[in-house]
Amino acid sequence: MSSASMADHIIEAVALRRVFGAKTAVDGLTFSVPRGAAVGYIGANGAGKSTTIKMLTGILKPTSGSALTCGLDPLRHRRQLARRIGVVFGQRSQLWWDLPLRDSFVALGAIHRLGRDAVRDRTDELVDRLDLGEFVDTPVRQLSLGQRIRGEVAAALLHGPELLILDEPTIGLDVLSKERLRVFLIEQRSLHGTSLLLATHDMGDVRRLTERILVVDHGRLAFDGTLAQLVEQVGAERHVVLDLTDPAPPLDGIPGTRLVGHEAGGLRQRLSFAPGETTVAAILAAVAQRAVQVHDLTIEEPDIEAVVRRLYAG
Amino acid sequence: MRLWLTLVGIGFRRWSTYRLAAFAGAFTNSVFGLIRAGVITATIAAAGGTLGGYDALTGVTYVWLGQALIGPVYFFAWTELAQRIRTGDVAVDLARPVDPMLAHLAADLGRAAFVFLPRGLPPLAVGAAVTGLALPGDPGAYVLGLLSVAFAVVVSFACRWLVNLTAFWLLDLRGPMTMYLLVTNILCGLAVPVQWFPGWLAAAAAVTPFPSMLQTPIDVLMGHSAGWDAVRLLAVQAAWAAGLLAAGRLIFTLGTRKLVIQGG
Repeated sequence: MSSASMADHIIEAVALRRVFGAKTAVDGLTFSVPRGAAVGYIGANGAGKSTTIKMLTGILKPTSGSALTCGLDPLRHRRQLARRIGVVFGQRSQLWWDLPLRDSFVALGAIHRLGRDAVRDRTDELVDRLDLGEFVDTPVRQLSLGQRIRGEVAAALLHGPELLILDEPTIGLDVLSKERLRVFLIEQRSLHGTSLLLATHDMGDVRRLTERILVVDHGRLAFDGTLAQLVEQVGAERHVVLDLTDPAPPLDGIPGTRLVGHEAGGLRQRLSFAPGETTVAAILAAVAQRAVQVHDLTIEEPDIEAVVRRLYAG
Repeated sequence: MRLWLTLVGIGFRRWSTYRLAAFAGAFTNSVFGLIRAGVITATIAAAGGTLGGYDALTGVTYVWLGQALIGPVYFFAWTELAQRIRTGDVAVDLARPVDPMLAHLAADLGRAAFVFLPRGLPPLAVGAAVTGLALPGDPGAYVLGLLSVAFAVVVSFACRWLVNLTAFWLLDLRGPMTMYLLVTNILCGLAVPVQWFPGWLAAAAAVTPFPSMLQTPIDVLMGHSAGWDAVRLLAVQAAWAAGLLAAGRLIFTLGTRKLVIQGG
């Protein structure tokens, strides 16, 4: 491997493998992430996502294979690496439970050896951008899940890491909290050029935040490409479910969509569409032209398990 | 240095959110102090007025200092690290650019600093009012005494850290922890002074770190050991602290190497 390619990549995994007893959690993963990129790392529960992340951050020793994160061997330089990356383990907290959220920032600032002023300025920025003002002086144990996760993300970004690794950050969040977090992450990446590795279950996260997808299944890389390529390969379409005010004939032939089904005499109709080919607004406009009134609509993201299943079936 | 001071401060603040618990603990320590003072007074009287270097007044002073130090030095089940290992939260500790053991130690020193007065003063005040205390007039004894208490906290932390590390290999910590508390409470000199131990038990205690956790700070604070004798005891404490921390660090590293972080 040339030094130039190492410098260009924030993550390099070569034949990474980890065995727990009889179970192979990660089985020969090879991939790299260019510096500045945002990559979605998706797979069902138990597919090996968290195990991979722990090996990339030096918390878990690979059974074989190697990894380089920020150009460092994570196991040998775990502490040095920790200064350069930010990690959110969605189900674990890095905040001090009994103390106000602000104290966690003070402690993490000291741990990352930032100057007092730097901690204060960065905390102010994060409080402002993530809207933490209302609860930054509240003990962490009293925060709602959405508030706590925003606090966790702020904590991971306090030291301005080159690489942000998020492991299921939006799990259990309501729609509004998810959206607020996504807007923030998009903004931070454009401001600081932070590379992002996002392990998730949520196709919405992947769609909004990443430009490339790695699908892992049973510890193996099942797909590496863009969302459009994934859709093309396995048809990971979104569904828009329209509830109409009056029964209507089947809404087939709407450009860029396919009618999947209709129920209750046409009161509820389900269309599938591929992102990139049309938008929900265009679909609604086309439906309105047929003199049909939409009473309510829901959008369903393709489910990860189904996508992975189809990857193998295809 | 700012890092460690901040972590000590965080430990202090965490415990300061549980003030009521500190006062409840001080109340319990005081009540038990009265019982223990009664028993030790009767024992010394039955032995003819002095026993193993203690008379009635120094005997009760030993009891009250012990009761005052129970909280700060911590002679209770501490399983925070074991729980973090079991739940996998230790991953968060490992993902930080700081030595996990030293970070926990700093937090524990902060804890001790917070509970030092609210848990230490009430038993001493009750003792002074009810039985009287035999404390030295020499301010040097208090300086060395405070240093000795600080070393006692470090030794206690290092022992608890080591017991918790068994969670890397064992699923249930209750056995080792119960055994640890039983052995500590006797060998540290909490039940009776180490000077009262039969020869074989005194010899056993002498090769363990436990007297460094309670008997030593009491001896230094009371002026039982003064001058170079006190300095020698402090050096023993420092050696135990350094040795146990080194072992704790080594075993922690071995544990993380075989770590299987569960779930999530």
